[in-house]
Amino acid sequence: MTASPPANNETAAKKLDSFKHGIILCLFCFGFGLILAITDEVTLDDITARAIEDKQNSLAQVLPDAIHDNNPVTDTLMLNDSHGKEVTVFRATKNGVVTGVAYEIFGTGYAGEMRLMMGIDAGGKVLGVRVLAHKETPGLGDKIEVKKGDWIEKFTGLSVGNPPLEKWKVKKDGGNFDQFAGATITPRGVLVAIRSGLEFFSANQARLTEVK
Amino acid sequence: MSSNYKTIAKDGLWDNNGVFSMLLGMCPAMAMTTSATNGFGMGVATAAVMAASSYLVAVFRNHITPEVRIPVYILIVAAMVTVVDLAMNAWLHELYKVLGLFIPLIVSNCLPLARLEAFAAKQPSVPALIDGLFMGLGFTIALTAIGAVREIIGSGTLFADASLLLGPSFKAIELRLLPADMGVLMMILPPGGFIVTGLLVVVKRLLDLRAGKEIQMAGAHSV
Repeated sequence: MTASPPANNETAAKKLDSFKHGIILCLFCFGFGLILAITDEVTLDDITARAIEDKQNSLAQVLPDAIHDNNPVTDTLMLNDSHGKEVTVFRATKNGVVTGVAYEIFGTGYAGEMRLMMGIDAGGKVLGVRVLAHKETPGLGDKIEVKKGDWIEKFTGLSVGNPPLEKWKVKKDGGNFDQFAGATITPRGVLVAIRSGLEFFSANQARLTEVK
Repeated sequence: MSSNYKTIAKDGLWDNNGVFSMLLGMCPAMAMTTSATNGFGMGVATAAVMAASSYLVAVFRNHITPEVRIPVYILIVAAMVTVVDLAMNAWLHELYKVLGLFIPLIVSNCLPLARLEAFAAKQPSVPALIDGLFMGLGFTIALTAIGAVREIIGSGTLFADASLLLGPSFKAIELRLLPADMGVLMMILPPGGFIVTGLLVVVKRLLDLRAGKEIQMAGAHSV
């Protein structure tokens, strides 16, 4: 910028203008920041309650009410899996004895990560597996959801070692479980997740079921 | 541009419909319309954001200098989206589980921003509120229509899961029109969104032609 006297005045005016715009922007940010803070405050309790309800609902599907008299959502245990990742284990207890555990397991499907919840009783019998979140193709891969098919329910009642671990695969890979027509990657990913869940249980059985 | 409320309403709902005339907001219009219920939910959330942000921009229109208007608009839309996001998470949780992922995307929907720039920034607060509301409702109608066509052809149902969204009394509108395996999967996948949106734009323009109206193209500039 060259500085001749009149231009100097202009730059000064422009500077003042920029300052003004800055102040306006600042005020709006402050005002709407305040609105957001208030909304957050007002909704915080409800959102926390909803998150706990969600957890409860997904846990209720893999830990039947009959086997526990505690609240598994709050009765948790932190363990590390074989990769050193932290796993939150939800415990079902009856009269102080651990009757079952549930934890999240992860697999990779056709369209990214799938989150599942797996419940196993103290003896290693699978109580249930449910998909919590996935992005699989509607109409093909989403048959892993319990409301779209009974495939995911086939695991209930099987247990660690029955069938042996290497049979927890889709039939195409030499295992015991059906793949879907047109979608093999999704069920394969689910079975990878389940195998990791079973391995986790075997490796930590003593700690998972110890009396508190 | 008249600020007559009837014109504003008709503009938003049909004549200058955000999706079918202005072709704005295409991302949610295609991504979220795999079923009529999803389209409806996304539309209503967008309408709420549009009404609130149009009103606020109109209220502050004399204080927002032209130089910083775009950041201020985006700030206002983003704040309203966050408010809707938090409120839905807390009080409409079932709907939130379906749409939650897509609510933040309203910020990047160009329809609210276009209406703020074209209408709310120049009009008093009440007409701006009406405009935001009816533009949002027009958007809702468009998304519901696209969703309905895709859902009927793609999965053979109409308004599936509407009771999750609107309450158990709406169980009656959940229809199954075709047997379960008859659906044309492609219609639920992204290509279906493009095909159905294109065809519905054609239908709207044919109806306008038959009514002897001049066809409005990309009407965002014509306001």
